[in-house]
Formats: sequence, structure tokens, C-alpha cells
Amino acid sequence: MSQALDEIKIGGLGASRKRVEDNRFIRGKGNYVDDIVLPGMLHMEILRSPLAHARIVSIDASKAWEIPGVHLVMTGEMMATRNLAWMPTLSYDTQAVLATDKVRFQGQEVACVIADDPYIAKDACEAIDVTYEALPVIVSPAQALAPGATVIRDDKENQNDNVIFHWEVGDAEGTSRAFAEADMVSRLQLHYPRSHPSPIECCGSIADFNRATEKLTVYMTTQAPHIIRAAVALVAELPEQMIRIISPDIGGGFGNKVPVYPGYVCSILASILLERPVKWIEDKTGNLISTGFARDVYLDGEMALRRDGKILAIRMHTDSDHGAFFSDAQPSKFKIGLMHSAFACYDIPYAHMISRGTYTNKAPGGVAYRCSFRVTEAMFFQERMVQAAAVDLGMDQAEFRRMNFVRDDDFPHRTPFGFLTDSGQYGACLDVGLKAVGYDNFLQQQEEARSRGRLLGIGISTMTEPLGAGNSREYDILGIKMFDSAEIRVHMTGKAMVRTGARGQGQGHETTWAQIVSHELGLPADDITVEEGDTDTAPFGMGTYASRSTPVAGAAIAMAARKIRAKARRLAAHLLEVSEEDVEWELGRFYVRSAPDRGVTIQECAMAAYSNMPDGMEPGLQNQSFYDPPNLTWPFACYIVTVEVDPETGVWDVTNMVAVDDCGVRINPMIVEGQIMGGLTEAYAMANMQFITFDAEGNCVGSNYMDYLLPTAWETPGFELHSEIMTECPHHPIGAKGIGECAAVGGPAAFVNAVMDAISYTGVRNVDMPMLPDRVWEAMKYRRDVSGAPPVLTDE
Amino acid sequence: MYPSRFRYEAPRSLDEAITLLREGGDDAKVLAGGQSLVPLMKLRFASPELIVDINNLPGLDYHREDPDGTLHVGALCRHVDLERSELLKSKQPTMAAAAPLIADPIVRNRGTLVGSLCHADPQGDWASVALALGGSIVAHGPGGRRTIKVADFVTGPFQNVLEPDEIAVEAIIPAARGARAGGYLKLERRVGDFATVGVAVAIETSGDTVTRAGIALTGVGGSTIGATAAAEALVGEPLTEQKIELAAQLAADVSRPRTDHRGSAEYKRHIVHTFVVRLLSRADGFAERAA
Ligand SMILES: Cc1cc2nc3c(=O)[nH]c(=O)nc-3n(C[C@H](O)[C@H](O)[C@H](O)COP(=O)(O)OP(=O)(O)OC[C@H]3O[C@@H](n4cnc5c(N)ncnc54)[C@H](O)[C@@H]3O)c2cc1C
Repeated sequence: MSQALDEIKIGGLGASRKRVEDNRFIRGKGNYVDDIVLPGMLHMEILRSPLAHARIVSIDASKAWEIPGVHLVMTGEMMATRNLAWMPTLSYDTQAVLATDKVRFQGQEVACVIADDPYIAKDACEAIDVTYEALPVIVSPAQALAPGATVIRDDKENQNDNVIFHWEVGDAEGTSRAFAEADMVSRLQLHYPRSHPSPIECCGSIADFNRATEKLTVYMTTQAPHIIRAAVALVAELPEQMIRIISPDIGGGFGNKVPVYPGYVCSILASILLERPVKWIEDKTGNLISTGFARDVYLDGEMALRRDGKILAIRMHTDSDHGAFFSDAQPSKFKIGLMHSAFACYDIPYAHMISRGTYTNKAPGGVAYRCSFRVTEAMFFQERMVQAAAVDLGMDQAEFRRMNFVRDDDFPHRTPFGFLTDSGQYGACLDVGLKAVGYDNFLQQQEEARSRGRLLGIGISTMTEPLGAGNSREYDILGIKMFDSAEIRVHMTGKAMVRTGARGQGQGHETTWAQIVSHELGLPADDITVEEGDTDTAPFGMGTYASRSTPVAGAAIAMAARKIRAKARRLAAHLLEVSEEDVEWELGRFYVRSAPDRGVTIQECAMAAYSNMPDGMEPGLQNQSFYDPPNLTWPFACYIVTVEVDPETGVWDVTNMVAVDDCGVRINPMIVEGQIMGGLTEAYAMANMQFITFDAEGNCVGSNYMDYLLPTAWETPGFELHSEIMTECPHHPIGAKGIGECAAVGGPAAFVNAVMDAISYTGVRNVDMPMLPDRVWEAMKYRRDVSGAPPVLTDE
Repeated sequence: MYPSRFRYEAPRSLDEAITLLREGGDDAKVLAGGQSLVPLMKLRFASPELIVDINNLPGLDYHREDPDGTLHVGALCRHVDLERSELLKSKQPTMAAAAPLIADPIVRNRGTLVGSLCHADPQGDWASVALALGGSIVAHGPGGRRTIKVADFVTGPFQNVLEPDEIAVEAIIPAARGARAGGYLKLERRVGDFATVGVAVAIETSGDTVTRAGIALTGVGGSTIGATAAAEALVGEPLTEQKIELAAQLAADVSRPRTDHRGSAEYKRHIVHTFVVRLLSRADGFAERAA
């Protein structure tokens, strides 16, 4: 009798298989856009606006044209003659490709030069003479909404102010009633600062238009190649079959590489005009000051409470700063992303939220930086509010959470904002976290330390978040439904290839996808290759962001594999000369139910598909699936941080950090842990040091890595990860939930809550992130809230 | 990185280098570790027409002590050499404390102390250290050598007194006359960050009495600030709590910080005070990363 396969050994579900893509990445053999060199390729540079808001009086490019080696200088005026000065955004607004009338943020694209090499292109950009007439600058919603504020988007008909949208969700009446009946009301106001996904590789493209074949090939740093193909077809009015988008290796995306940027459009037009390949590679400053930022939301909310700690209702108000163009990448039905997923893990009867979006003179493109469309702001506010309420009630913060959690037997549960959560063991996760951190013991130590003038604090953040958009009924981007796809080809020797409509940017798709196939078909994972990112070969998909790849594309892989297994079963019946009903499956092998010794391997079935199929059966062994998820997936996380604050300097150090993640079935536990550690590092960065702010003139502070800080191994604290609790996703084919973002979403509040706890003696309710030492010191010294809203103060 | 076009020369002798610099005049720049100059060229904030790379000049990568205790640091001695120096650890507490706090390991592998002094960045750490220790620069030009006190060397932010055809060949830290103590504290937001506030303290004692003191401040003014009055207040007497408090107050008073995204002026002044107290209260004066 044959031995059943050991799934871990073949690299199936649950195997901490080493990442196959790392082989080339750590040898420096990755193939990124900037590694690609095409014959006759030219180079493009962008001239950006030094001012945040100004009318363009004139652009004189004559000196640039004279520089030897310059092939083309493009300005907004020239784009306008081709109807390309403006382009549609992912949120039904318009965005300038090259400015014609005004510049609306510092770093906006004003002109571009195509030359023999990037040095010449840069010289020529410097030779372009632009005369500006400065206009008043707006860097916050408060300024944007002030009476008499300059209208930033005077290009739009009927736009007489700086408001982009008003949006409302929830039950206003029920919420008011609940507030009227409350024993007490807690209130909190804060700003989630602007940050930037800041992938190490900046954005870039090589457009290659071939006049002979009429085909446009674009190598591009994009997380969503198929959406880009559709956008190019619509914007450039080219036939879709003549457009090929290739997204080669990507050096990090984190949401930054979802939108369509002017640089892409300019390189495409330049290639069409010059009939030569045109390469554009953004520099770090260009990336930080002009491409998709994240957050920048002012949140204000109230919680209606019963004296015993029961939460009765939530009221939220958000003012979001979208920059000069509303180009958020998000499902079109929701104006402020999934902000209304706030408080989903708590059993709260009523909630109501009003959201208002404003234009400012800042870079556009609110992207989901490692988050599922604004859930980061939602969960941050939720957990900061929960802590504030616990303090107001005089209740233990852990117990307050526990008593308001949705209970394990309450699923499916409808949240007050209308989401349907379907699974979780919230209390159990909290227990694991409290035990790991030594909660009771810490509270004692904290009290002792305080008596000696030392400030210790503990912060908790618990949350469930919606990952893996769609379903297609509710989720679409520009009308395109949010499903995803996979195609699997099993070759005759039993090896296989997987293609999906997703596009990994370092998450380890090539490793994980093979493991899903391995689990479904019993093929060793090493026998399976994965390819993504080429629209001519990959099936249509919506791309990789918002933790949706495993929930959606991963599910499609499992479903496609199941179709293949169904066909392989028919082949097995044929080979074993029994009827299909008599064939049983175990990992990697079909056998005869009554005679388990008689069997054929999946590899033998594969060979038969090409060499010995039964009469009437289509040859070959491949299939595909378009997967429309029935619901989002709802992972749960509990993060607990302890800190010590230096009472003299405001500097704080993390002394312990415990992370309990319940993300359902873990396909590759090592990769999952990597995602969590990366997310926690980003969470720490946001809480501790990272932000993009602006001075009163609209100058971006954080335009390079001296000011926009990424934490290094030195200051990043150690993390203790826990995976004891596992609740399968009830609708995902292999029970997995999203995990790419939980830690970045839920993490920041744990750090901030810990620092706020350490300085709770001051009575201060809020210090905005990043909790720089001077802000913490100010809170301690003056016992007042510290706002981080721009403009940043300067003496001059 | 796409700097403006420039000519590059890497001479093998000091004389050759000086000749090149003289030819280039104001449009020529010395390249040492490149850790300040290259970023400026990358951003095109600096567009020199001629780069004179001094990395091939022989015999400049030393740091050594004379029998009398005078320390010499050659123009090609890297930050990393100083970070790892046993000599500094045993004899130069202020320098030993500062060395590992400068930038990050990659920058320290190339950047030089002399280059840092020449660059005259108000946020440069070595300038405060050298100022507190009463150091000097030796400049070599067509007419020979001259020695310039660090206190007189910097004329403003990113400006020094060197002639275009002079090369700084070494820095000198004078010998201590008593027992040396001191340290360097730096508040930074992250490893590799420039100082929000940096404080260098160098004292020499004989018995209980302070015989010489130097205090200098990084990042809290348009250039490195020597807190002379604060230092003088310590000399001639033992270090008492009152003396320390007075020095801290005087040091905070001479600082001229600006409010910016790193913190308010008031906060930075407070940190100067706090760091002076911490450094003086700690007899051993060893390095401790403040943030
Ligand atoms: C990421 C990063 C972080 C940093 N962080 C810090 C920090 O925390 N603290 C800190 O103090 N510094 C920091 N620095 C700066 C670093 O210390 C530089 O090495 C130092 O300032 C300059 O030394 P260099 O040898 O690299 O000089 P270069 O960059 O080669 O030259 C700098 C300037 O000095 C002139 N010059 C250099 N050597 C001579 C010479 N022998 N004679 C005449 N002129 C000369 C050059 O012409 C140029 O104008 C950082 C740099 C980077 C890139």
C-alpha cells in the first residue's frame, strides 16, 4: 500500500517554505523596470512645480529645445491639443497630467523632457523657464473650509468651494436616541497624519510604441496591470488588444503603485510621438512629493455609554484632506473607503458617520497604504476612542473591550454600519495577548514605577477588519467589479504553471500560490511556477492591494485547481478502469475505493491527459476560475505594547510588544509572520517618527529620506507573535483570511495607547502621531492635547 | 543620481591636488568621503565644475597621538576608524561617545571627520566635539601650512575660512592637562538622523578641581555653538550640583534653536539643559544613545 503524501514535505498548506522569489532578489537578479533596456530607448524627466499654488503665466522651453540630445519637450498646452492635459481619476474626478492653468501642489508635473540620457533630460528641465504668479496656499481642511478660502479647483464647473463630497452612513435617528439615553458620553478628536507608502523602488515606466505593429507595450511599476490597460485604452483611445502592460518585478508597492500617474501617461504619449521606447524613472523626492499618499484624516467622535461599560452608540465625523485632485483608489460606492468598518468587532446597536472630503494644495491620491481603503484610520480611531472611554468610565481597558466584543456565538453579525462579520474568537485572542504580556503583573509594576517617578504604560489594540474586496455586488473600481482570477496549466510531466490577475510586490505570491495548488492537487510546490503581471498572458484581474490576493486570487487558484482535479478524477477512472464514483482522492493520488492499493498519481493523470485520454474527452489538463468572493474576510488581531517614557525628554522606548493574529488558515506561516512583522514595523514608524507635513507655504516636509523616516533595525522593537487562535474563514475555499495589513492597521493604536497610558497622570486626551519626543514632552509639561495638524510651525 | 556635468580628477599627490584646485578656483570642490558633497550634487544644490578627489592622496588616513597626548586626525581618517579606535576609547571620551552616533554604518564607512568639519553643517556632530575640545584644523595651500582653531574656522552655515586652493590635511585635538572626562549626547529621531539637539562636553580635572572645560552645541543655531560662559563657569572649582545647574542654564541660554518639525525652540533649549546636566553628572561620560 502506498504511503500518503506528507503535505508539509511537498510544500503544501501549512509549510513554512522558503520564498522561491528570494533566490533572485537576494542575488540582485530581480528584473525591475529600471533594469530593462530596450534598443533605441530615450529617457524622460519631469519638471515639477516648486510652488504649492500658483497661476502659470508663461512657460518658455526654447532653451531646453536647444540642448543637444533633447528630442521632445512636452507642456500642458501641447498635451491639451491631444486632449491629454487632464485625465480621469479612480474616484470620478479629473487630474492634471501636465499643468495648464495653475499648479495646485508642490511637485506637480509642469513639463517633461525626452532626451538621449537622463542627465541631458535633467539639464533641459532646468533650462525651462516658468513664470508663476503665487496664490494663497491651503494645507488643511480647516483652511480649505474657511469662509472666503481660495477655490483650488476653479477648473471645474460649479465648484465654488473646496468641498469634494459629503457622505453619510448609518442610522442617524437611532444613534441620536441612544445618545439621549446614555449615562455618559465620551469624546475624542484626533488627526491621523499624512504618510506615504514609500516603496524603495519609485514609480516608473518604459513605453514602447511600435508603429509597424501598432502595438503599445508598457513596462510599468503597477500593482494592477489590467486596470491600467483599461485606463490606457480609455484615456489614450487605443484599442485594448493593442495594449500590453507588463509589470515586472516590483520593489514594493504598499498601495503606492495602484493609481495612474502623469509620468506614465507622458511616457506613453512621448513614445507614440517619437516612435521610440521612452523610459521614465521617478526619483525619491518625486515619489514622496507627488504620488499616492495615505491617511490625512481628522476624526472626531463620540461614544454613548451605559455606566456599566456597555457601548450604546457611536457617532463619527471625518474631515479628509485629499490634496488637489480627488484621485483616491477605492471602491466607487464608498467615498471615504471602508472607514465605516470602524467598531466592527464590538457589539454596538447604533452608529452614524458623516464624512466630508476637501481639496487642499497638497499631492493627490489617497491610497490604501497597506490597508483596505481607510480601515487604518477607522481602526486607529476606534481603538483610541475605546481607550479614552475606558479611562472616562474608570474601567480596566481590557475588560471594557471584552464586555463589548461580539461573542463567538453571535456570528454572522451585522455591524451598525452595515457590514457582515462572519467569524472570530475575539475574547480568546485577547486572553492570549494579556497572558503573553503578563498584564496583571505589568499593572503592578507600573504602579510601583510611578511612585519612583518612572513612567510605564501599556496599550491595547483589538480589531477585526474587512479584507479582500469584493463581492462584486458592492465593490467595483470605476465600474469594474472586484473579482479576481487564476489559470493553471498542468504539463504532461506533472509540472504546473499558475497565472493570476493579481500582481505581487514582495508578498511572496510565487511561493504561496504554488502551495495552494500543491494542497489541492498534491503536486510538490517546487514543481509549480507562478507568473503574474503581463496582461497578454495573465487572466484579467483587479490586482494586488487591500490584502485581497489570498482572499480573492488565492481562492480562484483553489477553485481552478479543483476543476483540474475533477478532470483528473475522470482520467484516473479511465486509467484504473473503474467508474468515476469508485475513485477516491487522497493528496496526490486517486485510488479504487474497494482496492486502495490500486491507484494512479496526479502526475500519471497529467501524462494521460496528453497521451491516453478516454474517447470523447478534450485533451489537456488546464483550467481557470474567476472568483467572486461571497463576502470580505474578517481577520482579528490583538496587539499589546508596553513602553517607558522618559519624563525629562519625552523619548519613549518600547519594552514589549505582543501580537496575536487570527487570520484563519495560514498557507505559509513564515510568510504570514513576515507580513505581520513588516506591518508592525510600519505601525511603529507611524506612531513614532513618520509623517509628511507641510509648512504654511505648502512646502512638503518629508520630501526625502532625511526627513521622511523609515525605521531601521536599530530602533524597531522586537515583536512576539502568537498564532494559537485560528478561526477558519467560513466562505474561503481553504479557510484563509487576509493578513497583509492587519498589523499596519491595528498596530499604531497599541503604541499610541501605551504612551498615552504612561502619561495618563496628566489627564491629556490626545497627542497626535507621530508621537515625537517634543510632543510628548509638551503634553507632560503643559498638560494639554498636542495637535499635529499642518501647517508645521516655524520661527521664520 | 543625475548631477550636473563635472570634470573629475583624482590626483596622487598633495601638490598636484593643490594645482588642480587653483586651476578650478571657486568652481572646484574637494571630495573626501563624499557623504555630504555627493547628496548635494545629487539634488543639484551644488554643481561644481571640477571635483578633486583626494582619496588617492597617500598617508592621510591616520589618527595618532603624539607622546605629549596631542591627537592628529588625517583628512582620510573615516568615521568608522574613530568609532573602532581603542585610542579614542581610552583617551578621548567625548570623541568616543560621538563617533558611533554619527549617521549610520554605511555613511561612517566613507565619511571623514575633517570633511565634516570643512562642511560646517550646523547639525554636524564632529564640529561640536572638536570645538568643545579646543581643536584646530591644519590647512595646506600653495604657500604652505597654517593652523586654524576650530572656533575661527567656521564663518557660517556651510562656510569655512579655507581658500579655494587649500586642503585641510588634518585636525588636531590638544593634549589634556588633567584627567579627561566628558561625553556626547544626541537626540535624534532615528539612527542616521541628524541631531535635533546634540551636546558635547569635555572637561579636564586635577583632583576635584575642573582645570579646563568645553561645552558645544549641535543643531540649535545657524552654526555650531560654543557655550563658552557655561564652560568657564565650571573652571577652577569642583563639579557640584549647583555648578552643573548653572552651566546647564548658561548653555541653554546661548542656544538659538528654531521651531520646526523636529520640535519647538523651547523644547530644544530644554534638551540642551537636560543633556548638559546628564553629561556633567555622569563622571564616566560614556556614550549613550539618547533616542
Ligand atoms: C544619510 C546621512 C546621514 C548623516 N548623518 C550625519 C550625522 O548624524 N551627523 C553628522 O555629523 N554627519 C552626518 N552626515 C554627514 C557625514 O558625517 C559626512 O561624512 C561629513 O559631513 C562630511 O565628510 P565627507 O568626508 O563625507 O566630506 P565630503 O562630502 O567629501 O565633503 C564635504 C564638504 O567638505 C569639503 N571637504 C571635505 N574634505 C575636505 C578637505 N580635506 N579639505 C577641504 N575641503 C574638504 C568638500 O569640498 C565639501 O564641500 C550624514 C550623511 C549622510 C549621507
